Amino acid sequence: MQGITKRFPGVTALNDVSLMVDEGEIHAVVGENGAGKSTLMNVLSGVFAHGSFEGEILFDGKKCVFHGIPDSERLGIVIIHQELALVPNMSIAENMFLGNERGVYFKLNWDETKKRAAEYMEMVGLRESPDTLIKDIGVGKQQLVEIAKALSKNVKLLILDEPTASLNEDDSQKLLKLLLEFKARGMTSILISHKLGEVSQVADHITIIRDGAVIETLDNKTDEVSEWRIIRGMVGREMTDRFPGREGNVGEVYFEVKDWTVFHPLYAGRKVCEDININVRRGEVVGISGLMGAGRTELAMSLFGKSYGSDITGKVFINGREVKLRNVSDAIAHKLAYVTEDRKGNGLVLSNPIRVNNTLASLENVSNFGVLDKDKEISVSKDINNKLGVKLSSIEQHVSNLSGGNQQKVLLTKWMLSEPEVLILDEPTRGIDVGAKYEIYRIINELVADDKAILMISSEMPELLGMCDRIYVMNEGRIVGEFTREEATSELIMASIIRSVNS
Amino acid sequence: MARTKELLRKNSMLIALIFIIVLFEIVINVRSGSYLITPMNITNLINQNSYVVILACGMLICILSGGNIDLSVGSQVVLIGALAGVFLIDMRMNVWLAIGLCLLAGIGLGAWQGFWIAYMRIPAFIVTLAGMMTFRGMAQLILGGFTKSPFREDFTRYFNSFLPGDRPEMRLPVALTAAGVICAVFIAAQIIGRVRKIRKKYDVEKVAVTAVRTAVVCAVAMGIAYMLGLDRGIPVILILLAAVVAAYSYYTKHTVPGRRLYAMGGNEKAAKLSGINTNRILFFAYTNMGFLSALAALVCVARFRAATPSAGMGFELDAIGACFIGGASAYGGIGTIYGAVIGAVFMGVLNIGMSIAGMDQYWQSTIKGIVLLTAVVFDIMSRKRKQAA
Repeated sequence: MQGITKRFPGVTALNDVSLMVDEGEIHAVVGENGAGKSTLMNVLSGVFAHGSFEGEILFDGKKCVFHGIPDSERLGIVIIHQELALVPNMSIAENMFLGNERGVYFKLNWDETKKRAAEYMEMVGLRESPDTLIKDIGVGKQQLVEIAKALSKNVKLLILDEPTASLNEDDSQKLLKLLLEFKARGMTSILISHKLGEVSQVADHITIIRDGAVIETLDNKTDEVSEWRIIRGMVGREMTDRFPGREGNVGEVYFEVKDWTVFHPLYAGRKVCEDININVRRGEVVGISGLMGAGRTELAMSLFGKSYGSDITGKVFINGREVKLRNVSDAIAHKLAYVTEDRKGNGLVLSNPIRVNNTLASLENVSNFGVLDKDKEISVSKDINNKLGVKLSSIEQHVSNLSGGNQQKVLLTKWMLSEPEVLILDEPTRGIDVGAKYEIYRIINELVADDKAILMISSEMPELLGMCDRIYVMNEGRIVGEFTREEATSELIMASIIRSVNS
Repeated sequence: MARTKELLRKNSMLIALIFIIVLFEIVINVRSGSYLITPMNITNLINQNSYVVILACGMLICILSGGNIDLSVGSQVVLIGALAGVFLIDMRMNVWLAIGLCLLAGIGLGAWQGFWIAYMRIPAFIVTLAGMMTFRGMAQLILGGFTKSPFREDFTRYFNSFLPGDRPEMRLPVALTAAGVICAVFIAAQIIGRVRKIRKKYDVEKVAVTAVRTAVVCAVAMGIAYMLGLDRGIPVILILLAAVVAAYSYYTKHTVPGRRLYAMGGNEKAAKLSGINTNRILFFAYTNMGFLSALAALVCVARFRAATPSAGMGFELDAIGACFIGGASAYGGIGTIYGAVIGAVFMGVLNIGMSIAGMDQYWQSTIKGIVLLTAVVFDIMSRKRKQAA
């Protein structure tokens, strides 16, 4: 791949990226969340059609033009995404030949489907009947089905996006061994992973990507590859003055969580959060850092009136007194607010005007005995939008017509109007431009100046380092580190994540 | 220009309604020399469509909650009608007691379905499909396949009589006076609202817009009153309809639960995370539907003075059609009572117009289907274009 540049509205996701993968090697790609790894792989596998990006893809010396996934698959480039694309209620064999069915259009050849499926399953060491339903096998075996499916497409270049993220140690090792076997047979793989131990175990070359650009490519045999070197490559960037300063104003411990454990709502026995102990003081911004899937959002939502998870155990203290938050109304009554990371999916009612979204969590304050006081609502809405500087033509404008930054502000107004003391901000600046980010930071500073306690989840390391008084590091459902503003560096945080993975 | 367009888009169904009224007026006049707008037809339009308006109000609440519909409405109507027959004809019960029991039974049917839909989260389509069969079956069991009639006059007069009843020469004066009072109240409300807005420094619309709207509303009210006065007087059912429409319009527009209903339909996850008990809203929507079905059932048995086993057939589809023609979104969260009423009147005019024009029944159904699809397609296309702009 040469000189790949991919722009999304407002962001340059990839900037002149070149990646060279030798035939028959395992090439690892590492980088932070949002560094551009997945975008690069989507370009390579034809998810982004030719013409939507700049640069060239050369495969086997020939220039490639992909208009969609089928084009790249025809050449033997197959991508396995982090979220597996299998149909739970279909059998292994059916899934394996989905979109590539055996037989003719109006008559499927079930005998051949099953026989071929069994062959590929044998190759990946999956001992199950081809008739077994996908939902009845574990994630590790599902991963094998995906690989077998790739083999059935005559794969030459296999791209694996975080294949071991949801696997346990045993299954992960099996998968890595399988990759090495394939390599011995001459297959090429690209492996995207956060687990540096695995990467240095199997990879021939390691390419580090940061902020949409390649930092360096290391040769695992000749270069001296240390964790520190990779980590520095992944996170090392200049800190600039992108954060408004604030006076220290930290008071007493206000919000405290003890021994908090949450189980997955669907998969019984899978712990999403385990023995979490955290606290937030008045006037303090506490960050939670971690990779995607570390359980941060799940923690936040389970704290917010058990809106996520099952079999939740642990205690929550507000101002030193234990409180029971059985549902969202309880949480709001105890002055908690949760500003979701998914503003369109979980936060805003897009088809409604700004005014309606403003007051949705505080309708009691703009009504008498269940009857809305429209005049009061209008004046409350005008005030808060003015205060936060939401750019609007009228408060009757539908939020679907606002920019991301303004939508985020409207989401914040909803929770500021509910008059909380504790705000949990989940990725408060995701997908908004630099200017709007700065304004959100200013709002956060105003909130803590007003003695609110703030818990901020973010995947952007500079944001956490620039805004937080204290940072917890979370990985695989546990708190694996805690740093004060003075101690915290990107390297330390990344290192505590990676150590917890390796241990 | 943009404002005119917006005005046209918002009132597109009203414009379509006026268009088909004019169309039928011409077609009927050319074919038979008579008219669509006659005193008798206006009275009939109100009487024949009263149940659709009542049911459409309830159906709109269900649709708003997230695009859910209630298929069992027609069966609820026949079952409550049968009960009314048992209470009033077989048991000769006190009229008010019977009405109360019937309404309670309707609430019970609605609550039964609401429990499964809201708290067990069984898809509404399935629960109400089951209700459609169950309730009709129960009605047949009660009626034993026969019609119960006649209902007593002391019951039917609350739904199917005219004011003033005994003095024909007073009909026109009473109707016009009533309309005059309504116009006066409407004008006063417009003026008071405007003064209050100005005092609080809110934006107000142009005087001309208010004046034109007020003039149109008053003219239509007086016109209808004049027609009713020339026929049999003010139908009692019209007063009931006005009360139902006003109550539900207020509920959806001006109350906290109404606001929450729209929020839930617009984005249920966001509503939940804002502390809204969405299960309770859904439960209310279906319980309320049961209540309104019972009301519609009483209206129907009073009108025909009989509880028949085949009553209520297809009522749910009339109500659903009225909501969608009136601009409700099939995904929930969008729609108004005003729109649903316009939709119901639209369907009513279509029915009555085609009958008078002498179209045969099969053609009528075909045309109604096409109109329903056209209305929804038009609505969705115009909404899409608005997003693109």
